[in-house]
Amino acid sequence: MTRVTLTVNGAPVTAEVEPRTHLADLLRETLGLTGTHLGCEHGVCGACTVEIDGAPQRSCISYAVACEGSAVRTIEGFGEDPVMAALREAFSAHHALQCGYCTPGMLVMARDIVLRLPDADEARVREEMSGNLCRCTGYRGIVRAIMAVLQDRR
Amino acid sequence: MKPAAFDYARAESIAEIGTVRVIAGGQSLGPMLNLRLARPERLVDIRRLAALRGTAEDATGATWGAATTHAEVEDGIAPDPTGGFLQGVARTIAYRAVRNRGTVGGSLAHADPAADWPVALALAEAVALTSAAREIPVAALVLGPFETSLAPGEIITAIRIPRPAAGTRHARHKLVRKTGEFAQAMTAVRSGPQGMRVVLGAIDAAPMVLDGIAAAREAIAALSLPPHRRAGLAACLDRAATEVGA
Ligand SMILES: Cc1cc2nc3c(=O)[nH]c(=O)nc-3n(C[C@H](O)[C@H](O)[C@H](O)COP(=O)(O)OP(=O)(O)OC[C@H]3O[C@@H](n4cnc5c(N)ncnc54)[C@H](O)[C@@H]3O)c2cc1C
Ligand code: FES
Ligand code: FES
Repeated sequence: MTRVTLTVNGAPVTAEVEPRTHLADLLRETLGLTGTHLGCEHGVCGACTVEIDGAPQRSCISYAVACEGSAVRTIEGFGEDPVMAALREAFSAHHALQCGYCTPGMLVMARDIVLRLPDADEARVREEMSGNLCRCTGYRGIVRAIMAVLQDRR
Repeated sequence: MKPAAFDYARAESIAEIGTVRVIAGGQSLGPMLNLRLARPERLVDIRRLAALRGTAEDATGATWGAATTHAEVEDGIAPDPTGGFLQGVARTIAYRAVRNRGTVGGSLAHADPAADWPVALALAEAVALTSAAREIPVAALVLGPFETSLAPGEIITAIRIPRPAAGTRHARHKLVRKTGEFAQAMTAVRSGPQGMRVVLGAIDAAPMVLDGIAAAREAIAALSLPPHRRAGLAACLDRAATEVGA
Protein backbone atom coordinates (compact mmCIF):
# COMPACT_ATOMS: atom_id res chain seq x y z
CA MET A 1 0.00 0.00 0.00
CA THR A 2 1.12 3.53 -0.72
CA ARG A 3 0.08 6.67 1.08
CA VAL A 4 -1.34 9.40 -1.13
CA THR A 5 -2.19 12.95 -0.09
CA LEU A 6 -4.29 15.20 -2.31
CA THR A 7 -7.22 17.55 -2.07
CA VAL A 8 -10.67 16.50 -3.20
CA ASN A 9 -13.29 19.23 -3.60
CA GLY A 10 -11.14 21.54 -1.53
CA ALA A 11 -10.67 19.21 1.45
CA PRO A 12 -7.35 17.53 2.21
CA VAL A 13 -7.45 13.73 1.85
CA THR A 14 -4.87 11.15 2.89
CA ALA A 15 -5.45 7.52 1.94
CA GLU A 16 -3.59 4.22 1.77
CA VAL A 17 -4.05 2.78 -1.70
CA GLU A 18 -2.63 0.04 -3.87
CA PRO A 19 -0.67 1.67 -6.71
CA ARG A 20 -3.03 0.00 -9.21
CA THR A 21 -6.06 1.86 -7.76
CA HIS A 22 -7.24 4.38 -10.30
CA LEU A 23 -8.45 7.77 -9.15
CA ALA A 24 -12.10 6.92 -9.84
CA ASP A 25 -11.97 3.94 -7.47
CA LEU A 26 -10.37 6.10 -4.77
CA LEU A 27 -13.15 8.66 -5.21
CA ARG A 28 -16.00 6.14 -5.33
CA GLU A 29 -14.90 3.31 -3.05
CA THR A 30 -12.75 5.02 -0.43
CA LEU A 31 -14.28 8.49 -0.33
CA GLY A 32 -17.88 7.54 -1.21
CA LEU A 33 -18.07 10.16 -3.97
CA THR A 34 -20.19 8.09 -6.32
CA GLY A 35 -21.06 10.98 -8.65
CA THR A 36 -18.01 10.01 -10.72
CA HIS A 37 -19.17 7.18 -12.96
CA LEU A 38 -17.24 4.40 -14.65
CA GLY A 39 -18.17 3.18 -18.11
CA CYS A 40 -15.30 1.75 -20.10
CA GLU A 41 -12.29 2.11 -17.77
CA HIS A 42 -9.99 2.71 -20.70
CA GLY A 43 -10.36 6.37 -21.51
CA VAL A 44 -12.95 6.19 -24.27
CA CYS A 45 -16.38 7.01 -22.82
CA GLY A 46 -15.77 10.08 -20.64
CA ALA A 47 -18.16 9.07 -17.82
CA CYS A 48 -15.31 9.30 -15.29
CA THR A 49 -14.14 12.78 -16.31
CA VAL A 50 -13.19 14.95 -13.31
CA GLU A 51 -11.09 18.06 -12.92
CA ILE A 52 -7.48 17.46 -11.92
CA ASP A 53 -5.45 20.59 -11.21
CA GLY A 54 -8.04 22.68 -13.02
CA ALA A 55 -8.26 20.62 -16.22
CA PRO A 56 -10.71 17.84 -17.12
CA GLN A 57 -9.06 14.43 -17.14
CA ARG A 58 -10.04 10.76 -17.10
CA SER A 59 -10.08 9.40 -13.55
CA CYS A 60 -10.05 5.79 -14.86
CA ILE A 61 -6.60 6.11 -16.44
CA SER A 62 -5.09 8.40 -13.83
CA TYR A 63 -3.83 6.34 -10.89
CA ALA A 64 -4.46 7.67 -7.40
CA VAL A 65 -0.74 7.49 -6.55
CA ALA A 66 0.02 9.64 -9.61
CA CYS A 67 -2.29 12.35 -8.20
CA GLU A 68 -0.13 12.98 -5.13
CA GLY A 69 -0.43 16.68 -4.29
CA SER A 70 -3.07 17.29 -6.97
CA ALA A 71 -6.33 19.20 -6.54
CA VAL A 72 -9.22 17.01 -7.71
CA ARG A 73 -12.73 18.33 -8.23
CA THR A 74 -15.60 15.93 -8.80
CA ILE A 75 -19.18 16.66 -9.79
CA GLU A 76 -20.00 16.89 -6.05
CA GLY A 77 -17.56 19.82 -5.81
CA PHE A 78 -19.39 22.18 -8.15
CA GLY A 79 -22.42 22.91 -5.95
CA GLU A 80 -21.60 26.60 -5.58
CA ASP A 81 -20.22 27.13 -9.06
CA PRO A 82 -22.34 29.57 -11.11
CA VAL A 83 -21.38 28.12 -14.53
CA MET A 84 -22.28 24.64 -13.34
CA ALA A 85 -25.56 25.97 -11.94
CA ALA A 86 -26.41 27.41 -15.37
CA LEU A 87 -25.46 24.13 -17.05
CA ARG A 88 -27.61 22.10 -14.62
CA GLU A 89 -30.60 24.31 -15.43
CA ALA A 90 -29.94 24.09 -19.17
CA PHE A 91 -29.46 20.30 -19.11
CA SER A 92 -32.83 20.01 -17.40
CA ALA A 93 -34.59 22.50 -19.72
CA HIS A 94 -33.18 20.97 -22.93
CA HIS A 95 -33.67 17.33 -21.98
CA ALA A 96 -29.92 16.72 -22.02
CA LEU A 97 -30.13 13.60 -19.86
CA GLN A 98 -32.25 10.54 -19.42
CA CYS A 99 -30.62 7.91 -17.18
CA GLY A 100 -27.93 10.37 -16.07
CA TYR A 101 -25.05 7.93 -16.25
CA CYS A 102 -22.95 10.08 -18.58
CA THR A 103 -24.08 13.38 -17.05
CA PRO A 104 -21.34 14.04 -14.44
CA GLY A 105 -18.65 13.68 -17.12
CA MET A 106 -20.71 15.67 -19.62
CA LEU A 107 -21.11 18.53 -17.14
CA VAL A 108 -17.41 18.65 -16.23
CA MET A 109 -16.50 18.77 -19.93
CA ALA A 110 -19.28 21.25 -20.75
CA ARG A 111 -18.12 23.65 -18.05
CA ASP A 112 -14.57 23.48 -19.43
CA ILE A 113 -15.87 24.36 -22.92
CA VAL A 114 -17.95 27.29 -21.63
CA LEU A 115 -14.96 28.77 -19.81
CA ARG A 116 -12.19 27.91 -22.31
CA LEU A 117 -14.04 28.45 -25.60
CA PRO A 118 -16.61 31.23 -25.02
CA ASP A 119 -16.98 31.77 -28.80
CA ALA A 120 -17.56 28.11 -29.68
CA ASP A 121 -20.24 27.41 -32.28
CA GLU A 122 -22.31 24.25 -32.44
CA ALA A 123 -19.80 22.37 -34.61
CA ARG A 124 -17.03 23.16 -32.13
CA VAL A 125 -19.16 22.07 -29.18
CA ARG A 126 -19.81 18.75 -30.92
CA GLU A 127 -16.09 18.33 -31.62
CA GLU A 128 -15.18 19.12 -28.02
CA MET A 129 -17.84 16.80 -26.59
CA SER A 130 -16.85 13.89 -28.87
CA GLY A 131 -15.04 12.16 -26.02
CA ASN A 132 -18.18 11.86 -23.88
CA LEU A 133 -20.55 9.09 -24.90
CA CYS A 134 -24.25 9.07 -24.06
CA ARG A 135 -26.37 5.98 -24.70
CA CYS A 136 -29.71 7.75 -24.19
CA THR A 137 -30.17 11.26 -25.50
CA GLY A 138 -28.82 11.30 -29.04
CA TYR A 139 -26.70 14.33 -28.07
CA ARG A 140 -29.00 17.01 -29.52
CA GLY A 141 -30.27 18.07 -26.11
CA ILE A 142 -26.76 18.08 -24.69
CA VAL A 143 -25.44 20.30 -27.49
CA ARG A 144 -28.44 22.62 -27.21
CA ALA A 145 -27.99 22.96 -23.47
CA ILE A 146 -24.31 23.89 -23.80
CA MET A 147 -25.06 26.32 -26.65
CA ALA A 148 -27.79 27.95 -24.53
CA VAL A 149 -25.34 28.59 -21.67
CA LEU A 150 -22.68 29.89 -24.08
CA GLN A 151 -25.20 32.25 -25.71
CA ASP A 152 -26.52 33.52 -22.36
CA ARG A 153 -23.01 34.55 -21.39
CA ARG A 154 -22.31 36.52 -24.61
CA MET B 1 -10.83 -4.02 -16.09
CA LYS B 2 -8.51 -3.50 -13.12
CA PRO B 3 -4.75 -3.70 -13.55
CA ALA B 4 -2.66 -6.47 -12.06
CA ALA B 5 -0.75 -5.28 -9.00
CA PHE B 6 2.38 -3.21 -9.61
CA ASP B 7 4.84 -1.25 -7.51
CA TYR B 8 5.05 2.46 -8.10
CA ALA B 9 7.61 5.16 -7.46
CA ARG B 10 7.94 8.70 -8.60
CA ALA B 11 11.26 9.46 -10.30
CA GLU B 12 13.23 12.30 -8.73
CA SER B 13 15.91 12.27 -11.43
CA ILE B 14 16.54 10.66 -14.84
CA ALA B 15 19.64 8.89 -13.52
CA GLU B 16 17.74 6.79 -10.97
CA ILE B 17 15.21 5.32 -13.45
CA GLY B 18 17.39 2.41 -14.56
CA THR B 19 15.64 -0.08 -16.82
CA VAL B 20 12.28 0.10 -15.03
CA ARG B 21 9.19 0.73 -17.19
CA VAL B 22 8.21 4.41 -17.05
CA ILE B 23 4.75 5.94 -16.97
CA ALA B 24 4.19 9.52 -18.14
CA GLY B 25 0.59 10.63 -18.72
CA GLY B 26 -0.65 7.06 -18.60
CA GLN B 27 -3.04 7.78 -21.47
CA SER B 28 -1.79 4.80 -23.45
CA LEU B 29 -0.26 2.71 -20.69
CA GLY B 30 -3.32 3.20 -18.42
CA PRO B 31 -5.74 1.51 -20.83
CA MET B 32 -3.19 -1.28 -21.41
CA LEU B 33 -2.79 -1.80 -17.66
CA ASN B 34 -6.53 -1.76 -17.04
CA LEU B 35 -7.08 -4.27 -19.84
CA ARG B 36 -4.09 -6.27 -18.53
CA LEU B 37 -2.40 -6.06 -21.92
CA ALA B 38 0.59 -4.77 -19.90
CA ARG B 39 1.55 -6.26 -16.53
CA PRO B 40 4.73 -4.51 -15.41
CA GLU B 41 5.96 -5.36 -11.90
CA ARG B 42 7.10 -1.84 -11.29
CA LEU B 43 6.45 1.60 -12.75
CA VAL B 44 8.43 4.80 -12.36
CA ASP B 45 6.43 7.98 -12.88
CA ILE B 46 8.21 10.61 -14.98
CA ARG B 47 5.24 12.90 -15.66
CA ARG B 48 6.37 15.66 -13.33
CA LEU B 49 10.12 15.22 -13.67
CA ALA B 50 11.49 18.78 -13.97
CA ALA B 51 14.07 17.68 -16.58
CA LEU B 52 11.24 16.60 -18.91
CA ARG B 53 9.07 19.68 -18.42
CA GLY B 54 9.26 23.11 -20.01
CA THR B 55 9.93 24.39 -23.49
CA ALA B 56 12.40 26.73 -25.18
CA GLU B 57 12.62 28.55 -28.49
CA ASP B 58 15.38 30.27 -30.45
CA ALA B 59 16.07 31.27 -34.05
CA THR B 60 16.80 27.70 -35.10
CA GLY B 61 13.69 26.08 -33.65
CA ALA B 62 11.95 24.92 -30.49
CA THR B 63 12.58 22.30 -27.85
CA TRP B 64 9.76 20.66 -25.93
CA GLY B 65 10.38 18.65 -22.78
CA ALA B 66 9.18 15.08 -23.36
CA ALA B 67 6.46 15.50 -20.72
CA THR B 68 4.88 18.42 -22.60
CA THR B 69 1.19 17.58 -22.92
CA HIS B 70 -0.81 17.55 -26.13
CA ALA B 71 -2.98 20.31 -24.60
CA GLU B 72 0.07 22.50 -23.99
CA VAL B 73 0.83 22.28 -27.70
CA GLU B 74 -2.83 22.86 -28.60
CA ASP B 75 -2.98 25.96 -26.40
CA GLY B 76 0.24 27.44 -27.82
CA ILE B 77 2.04 27.14 -24.47
CA ALA B 78 4.67 25.08 -26.29
CA PRO B 79 6.23 27.22 -29.06
CA ASP B 80 5.43 25.95 -32.56
CA PRO B 81 8.12 26.82 -35.13
CA THR B 82 5.91 25.44 -37.93
CA GLY B 83 3.59 28.39 -37.57
CA GLY B 84 0.59 26.55 -36.14
CA PHE B 85 0.77 23.23 -37.97
CA LEU B 86 1.75 21.22 -34.89
CA GLN B 87 -0.72 23.18 -32.78
CA GLY B 88 -3.48 22.18 -35.17
CA VAL B 89 -2.42 18.53 -35.10
CA ALA B 90 -2.51 18.53 -31.29
CA ARG B 91 -6.16 19.57 -31.31
CA THR B 92 -7.07 16.43 -33.28
CA ILE B 93 -5.46 13.95 -30.87
CA ALA B 94 -7.98 12.00 -28.81
CA TYR B 95 -10.17 14.25 -26.64
CA ARG B 96 -9.37 17.29 -24.52
CA ALA B 97 -9.53 15.29 -21.26
CA VAL B 98 -6.89 12.91 -22.69
CA ARG B 99 -4.82 15.75 -24.15
CA ASN B 100 -4.64 17.40 -20.73
CA ARG B 101 -2.58 14.48 -19.41
CA GLY B 102 -1.03 12.63 -22.38
CA THR B 103 2.50 13.66 -23.33
CA VAL B 104 4.32 14.07 -26.64
CA GLY B 105 7.24 11.91 -25.44
CA GLY B 106 4.86 9.17 -24.31
CA SER B 107 3.11 9.19 -27.67
CA LEU B 108 6.38 8.80 -29.60
CA ALA B 109 7.65 6.07 -27.26
CA HIS B 110 4.35 4.18 -27.38
CA ALA B 111 4.54 4.19 -31.20
CA ASP B 112 0.92 3.34 -31.87
CA PRO B 113 0.83 2.86 -35.65
CA ALA B 114 -2.15 5.24 -35.91
CA ALA B 115 -0.76 7.94 -33.61
CA ASP B 116 -0.46 11.56 -34.72
CA TRP B 117 2.89 12.76 -33.36
CA PRO B 118 5.08 10.16 -35.12
CA VAL B 119 3.68 11.41 -38.44
CA ALA B 120 3.49 15.16 -37.77
CA LEU B 121 6.90 15.35 -36.08
CA ALA B 122 8.51 13.21 -38.79
CA LEU B 123 7.13 15.66 -41.36
CA ALA B 124 8.68 18.54 -39.39
CA GLU B 125 12.02 16.66 -39.26
CA ALA B 126 11.94 16.76 -35.47
CA VAL B 127 14.55 14.92 -33.43
CA ALA B 128 14.06 13.05 -30.15
CA LEU B 129 16.76 13.67 -27.55
CA THR B 130 17.27 10.75 -25.17
CA SER B 131 18.71 9.94 -21.76
CA ALA B 132 21.50 8.04 -23.55
CA ALA B 133 22.57 11.36 -25.13
CA ARG B 134 21.35 10.21 -28.54
CA GLU B 135 19.56 12.38 -31.07
CA ILE B 136 17.14 10.20 -33.00
CA PRO B 137 15.20 11.71 -35.92
CA VAL B 138 11.52 10.97 -35.26
CA ALA B 139 11.37 9.37 -38.72
CA ALA B 140 13.94 6.80 -37.51
CA LEU B 141 12.55 6.41 -33.98
CA VAL B 142 9.45 4.40 -34.81
CA LEU B 143 10.41 1.03 -36.31
CA GLY B 144 6.97 -0.54 -36.45
CA PRO B 145 3.74 -0.88 -34.47
CA PHE B 146 4.61 -0.33 -30.77
CA GLU B 147 8.30 -0.70 -31.61
CA THR B 148 10.99 1.97 -31.38
CA SER B 149 14.76 2.24 -31.62
CA LEU B 150 14.96 3.22 -27.93
CA ALA B 151 17.21 0.86 -25.93
CA PRO B 152 15.85 -0.69 -22.71
CA GLY B 153 15.88 2.02 -20.06
CA GLU B 154 16.52 4.79 -22.58
CA ILE B 155 13.89 7.51 -22.30
CA ILE B 156 13.02 10.45 -24.50
CA THR B 157 13.93 13.64 -22.65
CA ALA B 158 12.98 16.27 -25.22
CA ILE B 159 11.86 16.85 -28.78
CA ARG B 160 13.72 19.35 -30.95
CA ILE B 161 11.73 20.90 -33.80
CA PRO B 162 13.76 22.84 -36.39
CA ARG B 163 12.40 26.12 -37.71
CA PRO B 164 11.50 25.56 -41.34
CA ALA B 165 12.76 27.89 -44.09
CA ALA B 166 10.54 30.84 -44.95
CA GLY B 167 7.79 29.86 -47.36
CA THR B 168 7.43 26.29 -46.02
CA ARG B 169 3.85 25.04 -45.82
CA HIS B 170 2.45 22.03 -43.96
CA ALA B 171 -0.84 20.18 -44.08
CA ARG B 172 -2.13 16.94 -42.64
CA HIS B 173 -5.37 15.04 -43.04
CA LYS B 174 -6.60 11.87 -41.44
CA LEU B 175 -9.53 9.54 -41.91
CA VAL B 176 -11.36 8.81 -38.65
CA ARG B 177 -14.68 7.10 -38.09
CA LYS B 178 -15.44 9.48 -35.23
CA THR B 179 -13.76 12.68 -34.00
CA GLY B 180 -10.91 11.78 -31.64
CA GLU B 181 -10.64 8.14 -32.62
CA PHE B 182 -7.43 6.65 -33.89
CA ALA B 183 -7.02 7.19 -37.63
CA GLN B 184 -7.61 4.66 -40.40
CA ALA B 185 -5.41 6.68 -42.77
CA MET B 186 -3.22 9.76 -42.38
CA THR B 187 -1.19 11.82 -44.82
CA ALA B 188 1.03 14.81 -44.09
CA VAL B 189 2.63 17.00 -46.75
CA ARG B 190 5.24 19.76 -46.58
CA SER B 191 6.21 22.02 -49.46
CA GLY B 192 8.85 24.71 -49.55
CA PRO B 193 12.41 25.61 -50.48
CA GLN B 194 13.70 22.21 -49.24
CA GLY B 195 11.38 20.47 -51.70
CA MET B 196 8.44 18.18 -51.03
CA ARG B 197 8.14 15.81 -48.10
CA VAL B 198 5.26 13.41 -47.57
CA VAL B 199 4.61 11.16 -44.57
CA LEU B 200 2.06 8.35 -44.68
CA GLY B 201 0.66 7.19 -41.35
CA ALA B 202 -1.86 4.76 -39.88
CA ILE B 203 -0.60 2.12 -42.33
CA ASP B 204 -0.20 -0.67 -39.71
CA ALA B 205 3.55 -0.15 -39.93
CA ALA B 206 6.04 2.62 -39.17
CA PRO B 207 5.16 5.92 -40.88
CA MET B 208 6.63 6.10 -44.38
CA VAL B 209 8.58 9.19 -45.50
CA LEU B 210 8.58 10.04 -49.24
CA ASP B 211 10.05 12.91 -51.21
CA GLY B 212 7.18 13.78 -53.52
CA ILE B 213 3.50 13.43 -54.33
CA ALA B 214 4.10 10.97 -57.18
CA ALA B 215 6.27 8.73 -55.00
CA ALA B 216 3.60 8.87 -52.27
CA ARG B 217 0.89 7.87 -54.73
CA GLU B 218 2.95 4.88 -55.86
CA ALA B 219 3.67 3.88 -52.27
CA ILE B 220 -0.02 4.03 -51.36
CA ALA B 221 -0.94 1.82 -54.32
CA ALA B 222 1.62 -0.77 -53.20
CA LEU B 223 0.45 -0.96 -49.56
CA SER B 224 -1.35 -4.12 -48.54
CA LEU B 225 -4.24 -2.42 -46.78
CA PRO B 226 -8.00 -2.72 -47.29
CA PRO B 227 -9.09 -0.66 -50.33
CA HIS B 228 -11.01 1.89 -48.24
CA ARG B 229 -7.86 2.73 -46.29
CA ARG B 230 -5.75 3.08 -49.43
CA ALA B 231 -8.49 5.32 -50.84
CA GLY B 232 -8.43 7.25 -47.55
CA LEU B 233 -4.67 7.76 -47.79
CA ALA B 234 -5.01 8.97 -51.39
CA ALA B 235 -7.84 11.35 -50.50
CA CYS B 236 -5.89 12.73 -47.52
CA LEU B 237 -2.86 13.15 -49.80
CA ASP B 238 -4.90 15.09 -52.39
CA ARG B 239 -6.37 17.42 -49.77
CA ALA B 240 -3.06 18.04 -48.02
CA ALA B 241 -1.25 18.59 -51.35
CA THR B 242 -3.86 21.13 -52.44
CA GLU B 243 -3.52 22.96 -49.14
CA VAL B 244 0.24 23.35 -49.46
CA GLY B 245 -0.13 24.41 -53.09
CA ALA B 246 1.52 21.33 -54.58
C1 LIG C 1 -9.47 7.40 -25.74
C2 LIG C 1 -8.10 7.69 -26.28
C3 LIG C 1 -7.98 8.11 -27.59
C4 LIG C 1 -6.72 8.38 -28.12
N1 LIG C 1 -6.63 8.83 -29.41
C5 LIG C 1 -5.42 9.15 -29.92
C6 LIG C 1 -5.30 9.66 -31.25
O1 LIG C 1 -6.28 9.87 -31.96
N2 LIG C 1 -4.05 9.93 -31.71
C7 LIG C 1 -2.93 9.73 -30.95
O2 LIG C 1 -1.84 10.01 -31.41
N3 LIG C 1 -3.02 9.27 -29.69
C8 LIG C 1 -4.23 8.97 -29.16
N4 LIG C 1 -4.30 8.49 -27.86
C9 LIG C 1 -3.05 8.21 -27.11
C10 LIG C 1 -2.55 9.46 -26.39
O3 LIG C 1 -2.04 10.37 -27.33
C11 LIG C 1 -1.48 9.16 -25.33
O4 LIG C 1 -1.41 10.26 -24.50
C12 LIG C 1 -0.06 9.00 -25.79
O5 LIG C 1 -0.04 8.05 -26.82
C13 LIG C 1 0.84 8.46 -24.67
O6 LIG C 1 1.40 9.50 -23.90
P1 LIG C 1 1.46 9.31 -22.31
O7 LIG C 1 2.28 10.41 -21.77
O8 LIG C 1 0.09 9.19 -21.80
O9 LIG C 1 2.28 7.94 -22.18
P2 LIG C 1 2.09 6.70 -21.21
O10 LIG C 1 0.76 6.08 -21.44
O11 LIG C 1 2.43 7.08 -19.83
O12 LIG C 1 3.22 5.75 -21.78
C14 LIG C 1 3.10 5.13 -23.06
C15 LIG C 1 4.36 4.29 -23.32
O13 LIG C 1 5.48 5.12 -23.53
C16 LIG C 1 6.49 4.91 -22.54
N5 LIG C 1 6.99 6.25 -22.22
C17 LIG C 1 6.28 7.30 -21.76
N6 LIG C 1 7.04 8.41 -21.74
C18 LIG C 1 8.26 8.05 -22.19
C19 LIG C 1 9.49 8.75 -22.41
N7 LIG C 1 9.61 10.05 -22.17
N8 LIG C 1 10.56 8.05 -22.90
C20 LIG C 1 10.44 6.72 -23.17
N9 LIG C 1 9.32 6.00 -22.97
C21 LIG C 1 8.25 6.66 -22.50
C22 LIG C 1 5.81 4.16 -21.42
O14 LIG C 1 6.71 3.29 -20.74
C23 LIG C 1 4.74 3.38 -22.16
O15 LIG C 1 5.29 2.22 -22.71
C24 LIG C 1 -5.56 8.21 -27.30
C25 LIG C 1 -5.69 7.80 -25.98
C26 LIG C 1 -6.95 7.54 -25.46
C27 LIG C 1 -7.06 7.10 -24.04
S1 FES D 1 -14.61 5.15 -17.57
FE1 FES D 1 -13.02 6.56 -17.89
S2 FES D 1 -13.29 7.12 -19.94
FE2 FES D 1 -14.75 5.52 -19.71
S1 FES E 1 -28.26 10.08 -20.14
FE1 FES E 1 -28.05 7.92 -20.14
S2 FES E 1 -26.02 7.67 -20.88
FE2 FES E 1 -26.35 9.76 -21.15
